[in-house]
Amino acid sequence: MNYNHILIRYAELALKGKNRKEFEKKLQDNLKRALKKFPETKVIRSFGRMFIELNGADEEAVSSRLKDIFGIHSFSPALKLELDQERIDEGALWAIKDALPEERGTFKVSVKRANKTFPKRSQELNYHIGSHILRNTKELTVDVHNPDVEVKVEIRDEACYIMCKTRKGAGGLPVGTAGKVMLMLSGGIDSPVAGYLALKRGVELEAIHFHSPPFTNERARQKVEDLARVLTRFGGRIKLHIVPFTAAQQEIHKKVPDNYEMTIMRRFMLRIAEAAAEKNGALALVNGESLGQVASQTLHSMHTINEVTNLPILRPLVTMDKLEVIEIARNIGTYELSILPYEDCCTIFLPPQTKTRPSIRKAAAYEQAIDVDKYVSEAVEGIETVIIKHDTNIEKEFEDLF
Amino acid sequence: MIYFDNSATTRPYPEVTDTYLKVSTEYFGNPSSLHPLGKISERLLVQARERAAELLKVNPSEILFTSGGTESNNLAIKGTAHQYQGRGNHLITSSTEHASSLEAFQQLEKEGFRVSYLDPDNNGIITAEQVKEELTDETILVSLIHVHNETGSIQPVQEIGEVLSHHPKVLFHVDHVQGAAKVPLDFRTAKVDLCTLSAHKFHGMKGSGILYVRNGVRLHSLLSGGSQERGIRAGTENVAGVTAMIKALRMSMGKSETFLPQIRKINRWIEQECSNIPGVVINSPEERAPHILNISVPGIKPEVMVQALAEKDIYVSTKSACSSRETEPSRTLIAMGYDKETASSALRISLTYENTFEEAERFIAEFSDIVASLKKVVNKQ
Repeated sequence: MNYNHILIRYAELALKGKNRKEFEKKLQDNLKRALKKFPETKVIRSFGRMFIELNGADEEAVSSRLKDIFGIHSFSPALKLELDQERIDEGALWAIKDALPEERGTFKVSVKRANKTFPKRSQELNYHIGSHILRNTKELTVDVHNPDVEVKVEIRDEACYIMCKTRKGAGGLPVGTAGKVMLMLSGGIDSPVAGYLALKRGVELEAIHFHSPPFTNERARQKVEDLARVLTRFGGRIKLHIVPFTAAQQEIHKKVPDNYEMTIMRRFMLRIAEAAAEKNGALALVNGESLGQVASQTLHSMHTINEVTNLPILRPLVTMDKLEVIEIARNIGTYELSILPYEDCCTIFLPPQTKTRPSIRKAAAYEQAIDVDKYVSEAVEGIETVIIKHDTNIEKEFEDLF
Repeated sequence: MIYFDNSATTRPYPEVTDTYLKVSTEYFGNPSSLHPLGKISERLLVQARERAAELLKVNPSEILFTSGGTESNNLAIKGTAHQYQGRGNHLITSSTEHASSLEAFQQLEKEGFRVSYLDPDNNGIITAEQVKEELTDETILVSLIHVHNETGSIQPVQEIGEVLSHHPKVLFHVDHVQGAAKVPLDFRTAKVDLCTLSAHKFHGMKGSGILYVRNGVRLHSLLSGGSQERGIRAGTENVAGVTAMIKALRMSMGKSETFLPQIRKINRWIEQECSNIPGVVINSPEERAPHILNISVPGIKPEVMVQALAEKDIYVSTKSACSSRETEPSRTLIAMGYDKETASSALRISLTYENTFEEAERFIAEFSDIVASLKKVVNKQ
């Protein structure tokens, strides 16, 4: 015997009234895509719940994939059995032995009998199955208040389901239910985490990265692609827009006093990101700013930089400490990549002194010297878009080497 | 040629040497170089690591590339001892480990560590119970071979891992050199912290190996001088060897499903035939790896047997290749309770995926002839 199903419980979906169906549909699609590696599995929606039919796929491997899918509150491996008393007894016994292999501890049986045609009633079944377990194990005892394991038995019209274990899901909302955003992905520790948290709230994600060759090299770009690839685990494929930023950066460096260079550069980035967002139908920008973390992220800086766009800017990390961000980065697997020591475009021209209290008036005045529209539109036109997929980790030319 | 010495080394698959050649000539850049040639080598290395992790069902960050089994064993044992000596100075291993483990432990003894060498039972097995009894508050490492290189005995790694999981201070290293792609071992479920693999035992190139280092385990490095392999193992990476190793591992794991039942059958058949030859005894236990069989012809020096068979183009070995030049009796067989004469005349037959019954038949025919004629000479009949 082995678990042949996984029952999925939704996170906040219940709250969403008549949108519920659409959300469920999205979650189902996301699950199907996430489980592509297990072609034998099937994702089924029925009677307001979702099941994964394993059809022989490894339950552990599938479960570890499920942990990354937003919109799942919790999930349980389940045994689906025909409605036959002997099979049910046998299944319950197997499940508890699987959950408590040393056969030591406490349990309780909770039967839900939705199918009223089943001959035994719930209470009778609780007693019957419980006795069967007690008779056939060594040191298990019943504790109905605080059991180590709850054996859940659901008698439904089509079959009986038995579950013993519950695992926590990623929570949040199914990716793709909240509209599209454009993530400003730098290669540092913060922005991938911001992207992850945005995905958690159900957005569809595209990313934009500013690349300044030869000042930033191919490895910095590769690193950003790798980071985006990590995010595909949570959000499916991601469009990554690479902006050629050298010309604009050089012009800013030439025309703007040192202490405003960072501020103006950020304003340019926002303008370009806004244009890219509009072009691609994104309704907001997302970045990894955290209030007061560096000079460009003081309230004064945010105020001055934000001025150039009317698009909402989501800042999931705005109230977080660096250590909290690092912890999430470690958990989602971006930290090790983020700390690779390649120059990114924020650091190459970094002046010794950056204004922590820039003003809109002065920033606008300094920009007078630059043909802003020209540099912005050139950068936008030069954008190169690559599609990052979860399974593109083996480059084609290497394929035959392995 | 009949090559029955696959536990000493295997012949690399042609596909593996192709990969090795291609990577050596086309992707020769140093992965640490900043230019595109370096970058592409680095990408290849990153992907090799991801592939290895996938095959071994672990995380890429848990794969450390080394120069082979000997280095992996040394790094696991000395690296743990030196890293965690603050926690205790007691180490546990068995008396029948491969030389690369055993001698690492002997070195550590000279440095002041206390080492317990567990003796196996008649089947070459160390039980979880034995390990449990030997544990003290000072113990920091248990290191055992999974599939024994001379006899094919399989240690109950899973059970020992289970015992050790209740002692989080004690790390568990498994020498999986002979077991890789032949006797399955799931590092996670067996609760292994460190695990050694060697490429040339599964049709890869010599000079490449893996040490699995579970996330969270830290090792004191043996080689310093660079930040390669997360600073644990300095030295320019052997990208060609590594890539070829992953290919070999994938191919071997693919073949193992189809061919293991067959080589198990061949192994059994040779055992049965040998036991019918007068003067030949079987040393391997009944329960053993599918590819190894250890036998003895008491009274005849094993070197003579190896040479006589080689004249017929059949290749087997005495004990493990790493200690075959010593004339001592096999300490493994002695520890398993065999007498000195049997232990001094052991031969190892070790198979791989594509060995056939025809080869086994020819081996038995030649072998029984040689035994008969040598016996005549030795006994002056």
